[in-house]
Amino acid sequence: MNNQQKDHILNFFEKGIRFDGRKLDEYRKIKVEKGFSGNAEGSARVTIGDTIVLAGVKLSVGEPYPDTPDKGTMMINAELMPLSSPDFEPGPPAIQAIEIARVVDRGIRESGAIDTKKLCIKKEEKAWSVLIDICTLNEGGNLLDASALAVVAALQDTKMPSYNGKTVDYKKKTKETLPLNLKKMPTSCTVSKIGNYFIVDPTSEEEKKVEARLTIEVEEDGTLCALQKGGDKPLTAEDIDKMVGIGIEKSKELRKFL
Amino acid sequence: MSYTKRNDGRKFDETRSIEAKAGVIKRADGSAYFKMGKTVAYVAVYGPREIHPKFLQNPKKGKLRCYYNMMPFSSMGDRVRPGANRRAKEIAMVTEKALLPVVNLNDFPNSVVDVFIELPQTDAGTRCAGICAASMALADAGIPMNGMVAAVSMGRVDDKLVVDLDYSEESYEDGTVADIPIAIVSGTEEISLLQMDGELSRDELKQSIEIVKKACSKIDKIQRDALKKKYEVKNE
Repeated sequence: MNNQQKDHILNFFEKGIRFDGRKLDEYRKIKVEKGFSGNAEGSARVTIGDTIVLAGVKLSVGEPYPDTPDKGTMMINAELMPLSSPDFEPGPPAIQAIEIARVVDRGIRESGAIDTKKLCIKKEEKAWSVLIDICTLNEGGNLLDASALAVVAALQDTKMPSYNGKTVDYKKKTKETLPLNLKKMPTSCTVSKIGNYFIVDPTSEEEKKVEARLTIEVEEDGTLCALQKGGDKPLTAEDIDKMVGIGIEKSKELRKFL
Repeated sequence: MSYTKRNDGRKFDETRSIEAKAGVIKRADGSAYFKMGKTVAYVAVYGPREIHPKFLQNPKKGKLRCYYNMMPFSSMGDRVRPGANRRAKEIAMVTEKALLPVVNLNDFPNSVVDVFIELPQTDAGTRCAGICAASMALADAGIPMNGMVAAVSMGRVDDKLVVDLDYSEESYEDGTVADIPIAIVSGTEEISLLQMDGELSRDELKQSIEIVKKACSKIDKIQRDALKKKYEVKNE
């Protein structure tokens, strides 16, 4: 990044606007479409500005983990598809993809938004596994918040397939949904710092200039359920308090899309 | 037993409903969406760009490189493990060969044109849907081309030749099935993809190719119309 570009961006921020005309704390247009796939048990497509992310849920029956014999399991994986950006390459998940998957996973897991006890079919023997995959379709900045929203929407869209005690019949979807607690369901807001300014929902262009960022995942009552500091520069305690404030405020807007 | 009526009520020479769109992925140099029944393909094209690793560089002409991937949640039943398996690699390879006859990369030495095929939902015929979308995405990217490629799978279900098998036909259990994906180059009507698994007579193959030619000429029109639509000038 050259300094002129950064000065240019900061001059704009001083006036309270961004290159695309948004305010500093303004998200681009968000669209959530549930159920784009008939083969997945649940699916959602989230568009934030130019960014498009797909999330799909598959369910299978397996053995519970020995340390949680009375609970179902959950796994979240993210793929930064090489079709979605000239910067993404084919191959095993890059660190950026791993971070997205793990941060989204933490929010869902720690909030207790999925009642995994209800996913247990028979203690120590059989339980549902919830397998969630995130696939990017177009990279336009802020993949993390878009992914988190897509995962939550896909979970809400999920219908259990019919299970007769031995095999799962994927062709027969029941009306039963996943045991979700909507009040606990997290929303994710990533607040980024450039110079002394805080912005949300950066474009890919802005993202290249971000010095530090903080992802804040919040339950409905404002309880934090996952945090992730990123970027090369450190943050002060005051920075963090301000960023968390912005995150909690924005989460109210994001929650409307659930 | 004879296969007298198709599971979804189509005529024997009728494809599933098709939806095509060009320019669906903004970051890409060219892109397309192709939906055939319930099978959906997104394709993005990047390039011509520098090829890595460098030993792949060809100073005489550019390289076409295809990737094929089913998204983990794309199929009925078990989750598809991410990463290229043998099947995906073979399909990517035959897709490359299916497209090569129309792509002219002589003016792009040492470069590569990458074609990424992604399938969010599958119901048989994925390689054909991928090829149809890829041909459109290459055109959308402005890659020099001598024509377009359309593809559809032909099949023999029991005693009937049918076009564009869906999964229920591919896994038909009351008789034998042969699955024959075919790609046709527009204009010359040459065949750039031909695979088959199952059993088939020489005569059935001949007939199959003729039926596919007809179906592909329809697909070709849909592909061209979608491309034209993207570049249409709207008069206010």
